[in-house]
Amino acid sequence: MSLISAEGIGVQYGARRVLQHMNFSIDVGEVVTIVGPNGAGKSVFLRVLIGAEQPSEGRVNRTHGLAIGYVPQRLSIGQTMPMNVARFLALSGSQNASQNQAMLARVGIPDRAKEQMASLSGGEFQRVLLAHALLGEPQVLILDEPTQGLDQPAVAAFYRLIEEVRDERGCAILMVSHDLNVVMRRSDRVICLNGHICCEGTPSDVSLAPEYQALFGVDNEDALALYHHEHDHTHDTVAVP
Amino acid sequence: MVRAALAGVGLACVAGPLGCFVVWRRMAYFGDATAHAAILGVALSLAFSVSIFLGVLVMALVMASATSMLSGRLYAMDTLLGVAAHAALALGLVAVSFLSGVRVDLMAYLFGDILAVGLGDLAMIWLGATAALILLCWRWTSLLTVTLNADLAAARGINARWEQQVLIVALALVVAVAIKVVGALLITAMLIIPAAAVRPFARTPEAMAVFAAGAGVFSALAGLGVSFRLDTPTGPTMVACAAVVFVVANLAFMGRRGA
Repeated sequence: MSLISAEGIGVQYGARRVLQHMNFSIDVGEVVTIVGPNGAGKSVFLRVLIGAEQPSEGRVNRTHGLAIGYVPQRLSIGQTMPMNVARFLALSGSQNASQNQAMLARVGIPDRAKEQMASLSGGEFQRVLLAHALLGEPQVLILDEPTQGLDQPAVAAFYRLIEEVRDERGCAILMVSHDLNVVMRRSDRVICLNGHICCEGTPSDVSLAPEYQALFGVDNEDALALYHHEHDHTHDTVAVP
Repeated sequence: MVRAALAGVGLACVAGPLGCFVVWRRMAYFGDATAHAAILGVALSLAFSVSIFLGVLVMALVMASATSMLSGRLYAMDTLLGVAAHAALALGLVAVSFLSGVRVDLMAYLFGDILAVGLGDLAMIWLGATAALILLCWRWTSLLTVTLNADLAAARGINARWEQQVLIVALALVVAVAIKVVGALLITAMLIIPAAAVRPFARTPEAMAVFAAGAGVFSALAGLGVSFRLDTPTGPTMVACAAVVFVVANLAFMGRRGA
């Protein structure tokens, strides 16, 4: 069953067409990744899906009362509003303090509950955002470049956690990512976006598509190699070429 | 004197929490525009002989809604609001001057006349303040989320425009309530100064709202006392007390940090 679907989405800012002819849907338990160059309209597309932005054409359907966990690409909490981590997590609707503390431990920062949001490092901030999104008991997680600011081991742990969550709760996951090697291993479906959908399909199909190779180069066949051999070495220490 | 104290406390209780949103959302100029529209509201209510409270409320609502809809590309928001705030004030003053038939004590509306608050006024002040406070409490979590990040709010199904309207209504109510207490020119001060004063000591938004109400109540009562003793205008004295609280709070915070 499709949780969110989009038909013929187009977004236009003045004369500039950011997105056109986008058809999309995501089902329960599916992991879909959007890849594409800077300025391809990836974040705009996510914002249209969550309802933060109205498309200039086309329509978006969300199942009634759909719980969305969203991790934005950028979120600046100014110093003007006092907000500690514990209070921010409670804004997700989860008022159970011990459950919130457990989630904080799960994303790897158990001792930050009393810190002010504005004083967190970039990596800690991303983890708090993820914890916030998960505490809302989402049916679909929408992540916009969630691993920015994280170091290599943290990136690996991040994707492991996402996978656990999917297995535990069966929630769908839609993310924008530049971690091509991870994308190619962990996604059910990859969408290559550049103003419109260039190509789409399983990771192995997409990495062979000429449209994908035109954008990311043939080099990334390495990523495909990782996909095929994922059991004979650890990837987390492998640098992306 | 008791009526004046009750009026000041009523205003401070709602101005503190609402002022926090004005501070967080950088709406200071927005508050000014709405408050200055109140003078125009006074002129119109006198001209059509309707209740001042009603006239000010309606005018403040119109002004706040109009400015919030003008999301300009050619002008920055503060420019637009600067135009709106001062235009409203000027228009209001001109409109009042046309009311030759009635004797209007303009100073009372510009700087408040809390000592002249009657029982009916007091009831209006408490009703308006309570309504605004209930509105804020009811929408609190949604308002906080929208203020934090509009996209995060959208993902949770919160309509940012609707929440903005809630704030506008609350602001209009407070302006209508406050014009009798501190006057049109100093309403923004009662919103911003207590909230800003307690910022260094708050670790959560709720704490800041409660502290701000407390600081506001203290300023109102202290201002009343000082103005009684020194025979100074009450509204400005209250704001001056709030300013002293702001300075002392920041000095104390800096001292604690330095220690």
